[in-house]
Amino acid sequence: MSRERIDVGRREFLISTCKVAGLGTAFSLGLHLPLTATARSRGWGDEQPSDGLPEVNAWVVIEPDDTVIIRIARSEMGQGTLTGLAQMVAEELECDWDKVITEYPTPGENIARDEVWRSFSTGGSQGIRGSHSYVRKGGAVAREMLLQAAADEWDVPKGECRAANSVIIHAPSGRTTTYGKVAAAAAELFPPLHVELKDPKDWKLIGKPVARLDTADKTNGKQVFGADLQLEGMLNAAIRACPVFGGKLESYDAAKIEGMPGVRKVVQVGDDAVAVIADTWWQAHTALQKLPIVWDKGPNATVGSADIDRMLEAGLSSDDKVFVGNSNGDVQSALKSAAQTVEATYSYPYQNHATMEPMNATAVWSEDKCEVWCPTQNGTAALEAAAEAADLPISKCDVYKIHLGGGFGRRGAFHDYVTQAVLIARQMPGTPIKLLWSREEDMTHGHYHPVTKCRLTGALDEDGNLTGLHARISGQSILAAVRPQWMGEDGSDPITFQGFHKDGDHAISYTVPNLLVEHAMRNPHVPPGFWRGVNINQNAIYMECFVDELAHAAGKDPLEFRRRLMADHPKSLAVLNAVAERAGWGKPAGGGIHRGLAVVKTFASYVAACAEVSVSQEGKLSIHRIVAATDPGYAVNPQQIEAQVEGSFVYGLSALLYGGCTVKDGTVQETNFHDYPSMRIDEMPEVETIVMPSGGFWGGIGEPTIAVAAPAVLNAIYAATGKRIREFPLRNADLRPA
Amino acid sequence: MAKLKVNGQEHEVEVDGSTPLLWVLREQLGLTGTKYACGIGICGSCTVHVDGKAVRSCTLPVSSIEAGQSITTIEGLSPDNSHPLQAAWKALDVPQCGYCQPGIIMAAAALLNENPDPSDADIDARVDNICRCGTFNRVRRGIHQAVKHMKGGRSA
Ligand code: FES
Ligand code: FES
Repeated sequence: MSRERIDVGRREFLISTCKVAGLGTAFSLGLHLPLTATARSRGWGDEQPSDGLPEVNAWVVIEPDDTVIIRIARSEMGQGTLTGLAQMVAEELECDWDKVITEYPTPGENIARDEVWRSFSTGGSQGIRGSHSYVRKGGAVAREMLLQAAADEWDVPKGECRAANSVIIHAPSGRTTTYGKVAAAAAELFPPLHVELKDPKDWKLIGKPVARLDTADKTNGKQVFGADLQLEGMLNAAIRACPVFGGKLESYDAAKIEGMPGVRKVVQVGDDAVAVIADTWWQAHTALQKLPIVWDKGPNATVGSADIDRMLEAGLSSDDKVFVGNSNGDVQSALKSAAQTVEATYSYPYQNHATMEPMNATAVWSEDKCEVWCPTQNGTAALEAAAEAADLPISKCDVYKIHLGGGFGRRGAFHDYVTQAVLIARQMPGTPIKLLWSREEDMTHGHYHPVTKCRLTGALDEDGNLTGLHARISGQSILAAVRPQWMGEDGSDPITFQGFHKDGDHAISYTVPNLLVEHAMRNPHVPPGFWRGVNINQNAIYMECFVDELAHAAGKDPLEFRRRLMADHPKSLAVLNAVAERAGWGKPAGGGIHRGLAVVKTFASYVAACAEVSVSQEGKLSIHRIVAATDPGYAVNPQQIEAQVEGSFVYGLSALLYGGCTVKDGTVQETNFHDYPSMRIDEMPEVETIVMPSGGFWGGIGEPTIAVAAPAVLNAIYAATGKRIREFPLRNADLRPA
Repeated sequence: MAKLKVNGQEHEVEVDGSTPLLWVLREQLGLTGTKYACGIGICGSCTVHVDGKAVRSCTLPVSSIEAGQSITTIEGLSPDNSHPLQAAWKALDVPQCGYCQPGIIMAAAALLNENPDPSDADIDARVDNICRCGTFNRVRRGIHQAVKHMKGGRSA
């Protein structure tokens, strides 16, 4: 049993599978969530929860046997946030870590309770750094209430009581009690107005490589993902949306498939999709393949990759819609007076998130209620999408979160799959319907990593010092498509400049005397989205590969060249030095192995990597070893940071090696893992992770390292072959040594 | 009608013979530990054992299962999550999102059935599942750790 509860709603659902099978095996997973007081007060059913214990506060419920239930508002999608957040609550709570389990409150309860759990959004590597202070405070407040309850019972001052490991001790009298015994009394108390958080040097649990709380059920098939959910009486739906973005559904011939096995109904979904509802998903999917559909492909029906490429190319030299992201000095005169100038243009393709678990959601709708079960990185956004599609007030809807089979940004800002599931469920009131996308639907209806190009021009003086840098980015704005309200008043998209900013969470790692970074916004019709790392992925390639180009043009060692620009960036320099030293930079690696470096500050963390690669005469690339360093300020769980760093190389290098979506006739061409491959174990380098928290700030973990994966490897490829690859994915490149 | 022996239990399932084994396991037998991710035999998420050998059940029509063949899914790998691989997986916290892990564990278990002491190259060849979270380093360590425990005569 993993140490968490899966919240599938206020009722206990039997997981029954005997509906279709001739000889079914009914079984029950007994998934349930205690009905909270709030849910009851919202009038949801009169059932008594099986274990409806009073909570000490919003974050903590303690059972009489000392089991501590910690509520987690952010979503677990593999990144380990669930465990990290529980560690932070437990640190202040002073509870027995071995008795901690977790549960997700619902976004509906959060709204009903005045957002007591604050943000449910799990993106931007924010899970921990965005909530550390209030979750720790939640633990501290609960501890004080438990202490007060014990003190009241013994009629002694609270100040004489101490808590450790869920045990409360009154030293003067030698009395002890446990959290489980006083939890009910504590729940009646008013929370203290003020609590002190521990000094980081006193942390016992934060900073420890404790085991994840969610592992056990992930090794025996017990973990229920959204795609696995089965509710009593549930039907299954398969869907196809117009393959051209912006196109519509014109017509379909339901009669052709209505007699097929298991088919219950064929329904239009919004204005651009059609779904088949059947007893099983396989039946729905099979029937859908046979459904004649006519699409109105709309205005983008002829757009191809070459058109998009031309659009971006034009932006590299145009004056139209150009925004400045960072500037100092006078780049033009620096370029004019340079002893040497260097110019290069890089291009970054569309990429799909390709979460292992395809998009899915289960919904049940009636005229006065709508409930949804789904993997989501943002329960609140999922709830808003559900309520809108349900045409019901939010107070009559709720979303039950399920751990995600991968998120990577796909399931945070976009709940198209939730909208669809509710629109389908509305056409069969009272029947729970699970919508599951096929991989093909998932690959061709993404919200893709945006496409951009970047032309960089650098000025070097006689001594090979960088005196000026001009970077012109041309391409797609995520915010224009997804969050126009976050854009600048002038219509600019500030996150396009991630990694080039003057300061802040995504600041440039170098001091350049004359600098100009611009963005010519060019928005093709293929929808962009936040993709793990967002814009740092391509910007780090642009910057870190070009700095490498400049170093070589200047006849300097790439490490030395960087160091000279980093005097005012000591934390970036520290991670860079750490990887260089561990990798043995400056000493030959031997065996045809060559090294490359990259360093980035992003999501408030400082990361660097040194990659070791070899390239055979036939052009076959082998990535042997990567040394990676991370300074996230505070390291809540070092072993999970290592796991994220290792995984970041798989995600980042898969993108570099294989990640490219092409467009023809307005449609994404790659449909599955055969033409959109992902790295496998035989390509996986050894990863040595250096976790070097310097304290005093909170940086992200899930995304930063992805950014250094590609440029470190590309720079090593140059060292090995003399070839600069500036277009991706790499599988299209000829790597045979020049 | 298909007759299947899954995790030691006999089942008779009324289903079209062209239905992939994956969907019979998931939708008729309720064994949802076996995952759908690509449906074209390329990612390994749907890996189960047929007579101890790893197969990708998403492309295997249920009609191709012969009488007497024995199917093992992740739910049946061990009665109590104690297979040496499962023990190593827990000790090393291998899974991230976990979606691909049943398939990876089943691929690794089939490898160990045939080759109790696989080399890294054997692992590369036989545990070639896709994991988008990127757990490969720990998967490799997990397999080696399981082997060590098996050699030590303990069930880890
Ligand atoms: S789902 Fe069967 S191999 Fe991918
Ligand atoms: S653990 Fe998430 S895909 Fe492998």
